[in-house]
Amino acid sequence: MEMSGANALVEALRREKTQVVFGLPGGVIMPVYDVFYKMKDLPPELAIRNILVRHEQSAAHMADGYARASGRVGVCMSTSGPGATNLVTGIATAFMDSSPIIAITGQVARPFIGKDAFQETDIIGVVTSVTKYAFQPRKATEIPQMVKAAFRIATTRRPGPVVIDIPKDVQQEMGVVEFTDQPIPRRYGPLPDPDPGTLERMVDALVKAKTPLIIAGGGVRVAEASRELVALAELLMCPVATSLMGKGCIPEDHPLSIGVMGMHGPSETNRIVSSADVLLIVGSRLSDRTTGNIDKFCPNSQILHVDTDKAEIAKNKTPTISLVSDARKALKALHTGLVKRLAREPKSHWFRKAKNDIDLCDLQKDGPYLSAVHVIRLLRKLLPREAIVTTEVGQNQMWSAVHFQAYGPRQFITSGGLGTMGFGFPAALGAKVACPETPVVDIAGDGSFAMTENAMATSIEEQIPVTVVVLNNRMLGMVAQWHRLFYGRRYCGVELGRSPCFPKLAEAYGAVGVAVQDYKELSEAVKSALANEVTTVIDVPISPEEDATPMLAPGAGLEEAVIA
Amino acid sequence: MISPQEEVIIDVLVDHKPGVLCTVSNLFRRRGFNISNVAIGTSEKDRVARMTLTMRGGEKEAVQLVRHLENLVDVIKAEIVDAGKAVVRELALVKIAPKPEDRLQILSFVDVYRAKIVHLSDDSIIVEASGDSDKIDAFIELSRNFGLKEVARTGITALSREQKSTESQGNDVGW
Repeated sequence: MEMSGANALVEALRREKTQVVFGLPGGVIMPVYDVFYKMKDLPPELAIRNILVRHEQSAAHMADGYARASGRVGVCMSTSGPGATNLVTGIATAFMDSSPIIAITGQVARPFIGKDAFQETDIIGVVTSVTKYAFQPRKATEIPQMVKAAFRIATTRRPGPVVIDIPKDVQQEMGVVEFTDQPIPRRYGPLPDPDPGTLERMVDALVKAKTPLIIAGGGVRVAEASRELVALAELLMCPVATSLMGKGCIPEDHPLSIGVMGMHGPSETNRIVSSADVLLIVGSRLSDRTTGNIDKFCPNSQILHVDTDKAEIAKNKTPTISLVSDARKALKALHTGLVKRLAREPKSHWFRKAKNDIDLCDLQKDGPYLSAVHVIRLLRKLLPREAIVTTEVGQNQMWSAVHFQAYGPRQFITSGGLGTMGFGFPAALGAKVACPETPVVDIAGDGSFAMTENAMATSIEEQIPVTVVVLNNRMLGMVAQWHRLFYGRRYCGVELGRSPCFPKLAEAYGAVGVAVQDYKELSEAVKSALANEVTTVIDVPISPEEDATPMLAPGAGLEEAVIA
Repeated sequence: MISPQEEVIIDVLVDHKPGVLCTVSNLFRRRGFNISNVAIGTSEKDRVARMTLTMRGGEKEAVQLVRHLENLVDVIKAEIVDAGKAVVRELALVKIAPKPEDRLQILSFVDVYRAKIVHLSDDSIIVEASGDSDKIDAFIELSRNFGLKEVARTGITALSREQKSTESQGNDVGW
């Protein structure tokens, strides 16, 4: 088929079932937007929806939120130079949390590459450390195969971002392009089945365990292995802790769920993890925020580590037995192996779960402030079970991790690895685009929300209604908390003051803005926001002194120095 | 077992295409591996290049580096070379400007090191020496006594003596 490079790109995206592209055009990506323009006449099922952002960082976060909520690849697009560099924070965020996104950037025309032309940036050089791969087609005819490869790389094994950087004249060039549906032969394919010998040793260790425990990470969500995780836990009758990225992989109201462990995990959770004699770690890279001081992490426990990425085995903690495998295949195989062995040795609960409930009837205000913890627990009661929650980064995120129970693996979306402030709101919009029937709520802090609040324009113009609950302490709260705990209250650069007024700001964008004064008003505001067909921003005054506790001091082990 | 201070040689096959050296070397920098040598050239296959890396560190780090390397899309295969079961060589060009009375002595030690003179002029000599790194080091040290001017070394390259099947990599060069 003879067509332009831009047409070849869009056709290749369509063949990969791309339904939506989040982006903002500019000089050297205009040939592609011209193809989008011509798609306007197509029926919606054939066209690709083009969602205009107000800043490219939001485009990348939206693609990321879309990917995390749906499991499908999220696609974002920008022009060269500043457009491309604005994407980088979002690309790095997706990289750290293994989220499959594809970022398509325009590039200056081939004759200008390397000449420091207007808006030229070597984006491939810039993103090398934060992508799985980056392509730059030099001919229009290369585009279909590269797009196919990009989708394959983004989604295979440990998912992650891929960049396709296309020079403008390659977009314009006419060529006879071929679209092949045959998979490209490549070594970067799916992993082989788990090794039976290793599985057998893991089964042995679990059968002999007195106090076994499972730590589930984001890999369980990636592998869609929640059901297998719960089945194995129920067979072993063992508690399941999760990392932040694994939150929701076991419904958190399940009797075996003990919540999110780590730096801000409940002390009961961390204590239970520390007292396990055999730890089965599935799809977690054991980050410092999850384990506390790694040298003090479960020194006497046997560690069974399952990960799809072999570079994660022994990177942070040397396991007793390791298995490079897809989480689902491994959990299934362990279950099969254990069923035969455990019938004779049934295990009972060896742990007591922390109670995570409050009586909402007697929620009282503390002076002019609401308690962030109570707000979040109240939100859980108000939101339907299937609701998707995103968070920003900081105290709001840690409060949500501990106090907002997630019931499904794709229902709690947060920037765990990179800790990107400003992620939650655009990610919520991306999640809403992926799941238009599901209520989506961003639990935000005032500092984070201010970073990408201009995405409200997109939410209004593109009719993507979400609810933003701003836990407003007029502070960069987590940094202020560290000032209080570790820097003798020497606040520096954390006081945000009275500006802006978020409800008025929301109204300026055409959204609904509500300032609430108590829990009753909050309940009503949330209920009407869920019924609203327009984005609602709820401003909740919380105390600048409320800490996100418990907390491990930096360098402390899981069992130590809990700041309660 | 490799002691912590020892050098580990890693043999890497990569797709031979623009940017691959940058991708691989970026990994060392980003993850803080201590690479003392990189040699890169073509291999027995079309479009496949062979990189020989020399890393300072322990076996654990070397294993980790191999795993990270194998995660790179452009890397076909990476493995630690067992130096005892491999031929390990380095080539050096050494420019010497000897005094006239030393010329003869240079000829004799070039012979001892099984090196050869590849350029000879009135005022300088270029010697080509190859062998393991210790031998090259020793040759260069010796040359210092005779007016050493410049040294260019290729870095270590190595091949395992074992017969290995590389058939399965035949179709893998894709993009």
